[in-house]
Amino acid sequence: MPTAASAEPSPEPDTLGEAIQVEDLHKSFGSLEVLKGVSLNARKGDVVAIIGGSGSGKSTMLRCINFLETPTSGKITIDGEQIEMNADGSPANRRQIERIRTRLAMVFQQFNLWTHRTLLENVIEVPVHVLKVSRAEAIAQARVLLDRVGLGDKADTFPAYLSGGQQQRAAIARALAVDPNVMLFDEPTSALDPELVGEVLTVIRDLAAEGRTMLLVTHEMKFAREVANHVVYLFEGRIEEQGPPAEVFGNPQSARLKQFLSSVA
Amino acid sequence: MELILETLGLAESAQLLSLSPPGWGANLLRGLVNSLKIAFGAFGFGLLIGLFGAYGKLYGGPVLRDLLAIYTTVIRAVPELVLILILYYVGTDLINKASSALGYGRIEISGVVAGIWVLGIVQGAYSIEVLRGAIQAVPPGQIEAARAFGMPPIMTMWRVTIPAMMSFATPGLANLWLIATKDTALLAIVGFSELTLETRQAASSTRAYFTFFLAAGALYLIVTLCSGVVFAWIEKWARRGQPSLREDRT
Ligand SMILES: Nc1ncnc2c1ncn2[C@@H]1O[C@H](COP(=O)(O)OP(=O)(O)OP(=O)(O)O)[C@@H](O)[C@H]1O
Ligand SMILES: [Mg+2]
Repeated sequence: MPTAASAEPSPEPDTLGEAIQVEDLHKSFGSLEVLKGVSLNARKGDVVAIIGGSGSGKSTMLRCINFLETPTSGKITIDGEQIEMNADGSPANRRQIERIRTRLAMVFQQFNLWTHRTLLENVIEVPVHVLKVSRAEAIAQARVLLDRVGLGDKADTFPAYLSGGQQQRAAIARALAVDPNVMLFDEPTSALDPELVGEVLTVIRDLAAEGRTMLLVTHEMKFAREVANHVVYLFEGRIEEQGPPAEVFGNPQSARLKQFLSSVA
Repeated sequence: MELILETLGLAESAQLLSLSPPGWGANLLRGLVNSLKIAFGAFGFGLLIGLFGAYGKLYGGPVLRDLLAIYTTVIRAVPELVLILILYYVGTDLINKASSALGYGRIEISGVVAGIWVLGIVQGAYSIEVLRGAIQAVPPGQIEAARAFGMPPIMTMWRVTIPAMMSFATPGLANLWLIATKDTALLAIVGFSELTLETRQAASSTRAYFTFFLAAGALYLIVTLCSGVVFAWIEKWARRGQPSLREDRT
């Protein structure tokens, strides 16, 4: 029985409350149903790895959580606050969704830094203009964050002059600048040359270790096994199997997951 | 011998072009200032129409999109001279009808305002297309990143889309600006004293056609050269952060 593994998140980061609750999420693009009822819970401090084949709906699921894609139906609750939805799934309250988005920082596969701004300007952009933090304060904090991801000396450089790994680390600094409750990573290392993957994973590993709540879509199975405390395997828009990494990777139940794991190994 | 004649000829021209009363230089310069005022106003008005129109065409409802399509198609299809005549006479006529309906008398419409309105509407149609293309050239991921961080739509437009599209828009906008400066000459037909009309008056009063039209041509050329410098500077600013191809090759 595929979903035999516990539906509950692993118990370690207990008593901290729910960070993300996704209930019966459906999403169609025209006649193509990409998500067919996905439910997922993440508590504060959880690192949830989402794995699955190409086209299984991983990105779509992540993008529905901050409403970059409009769900067709379902219920999404962030920090106990349910997102108000119209009958067609679109967010009913633009203010609410904008406020919630500032707490759900996203890191994209293609980095998506603002190319006409320097790294420092990229990092202070949201704190200064959306969160209305004072400029001096935002700059001081941005320098700390850029130092932290190893880019302290590149603060005044434009993204186009940096390697992919450096750009992705800058994008992580930009995400950290809003002090997010949850970080959403969509294949943060897939666009990188193999020798640059490590430097980005190191940064993410540190974030996991300090207890950041993260949803991480990844093809790096070894890394998922190491940092996640909960792994979700998506297959054709459904959660085929989920559980602690040791279970999912060490003792997969479903035939599809077994096949998937052997194909990516 | 020839040299002396030439010097004499030039001396005569210099006298005709001098800024103090016997010369017509001041009239030409006044015409130039009027031309630039109109060009500047029309370009700005056109940009405003262009920005709203481009967003309307990209994100507006079907009715708005159809209306904008009609506007850009018609304006770009009809010769500018004809448009200027239509917009000028229709515009002044409408305003006067409105003012007499409200019980006021005929209103004297300032030439500069009329010129800006007429040319601005023409410029707007071209601006819409330039800006629409530029907005579409912005990598969608940059706008998506802004949305994902909770930026409201208007802020996204000012902070992300417009700065990011500037490098795509500046060459087209520079063209539009130069067209605006030269289209002001067409306003001579409705009797507005911009550079070309002032030149014609000076030339026909003195019979020195060659001198005055050459001088006017030189003034237009100077405007173009100065604009080139300014736009090169704007383009450099708009392209900040993008490594230039030439830099890469060296
Ligand atoms: N905007 C869209 N319009 C139409 N179809 C889409 C759109 N976005 C995604 N899809 C389709 O939805 C399905 C799931 O896509 P999704 O990007 O979520 O997959 P994924 O699991 O992230 O795959 P990958 O590992 O390749 O990134 C795919 O079949 C894709 O073609
Ligand atoms: Mg994906």
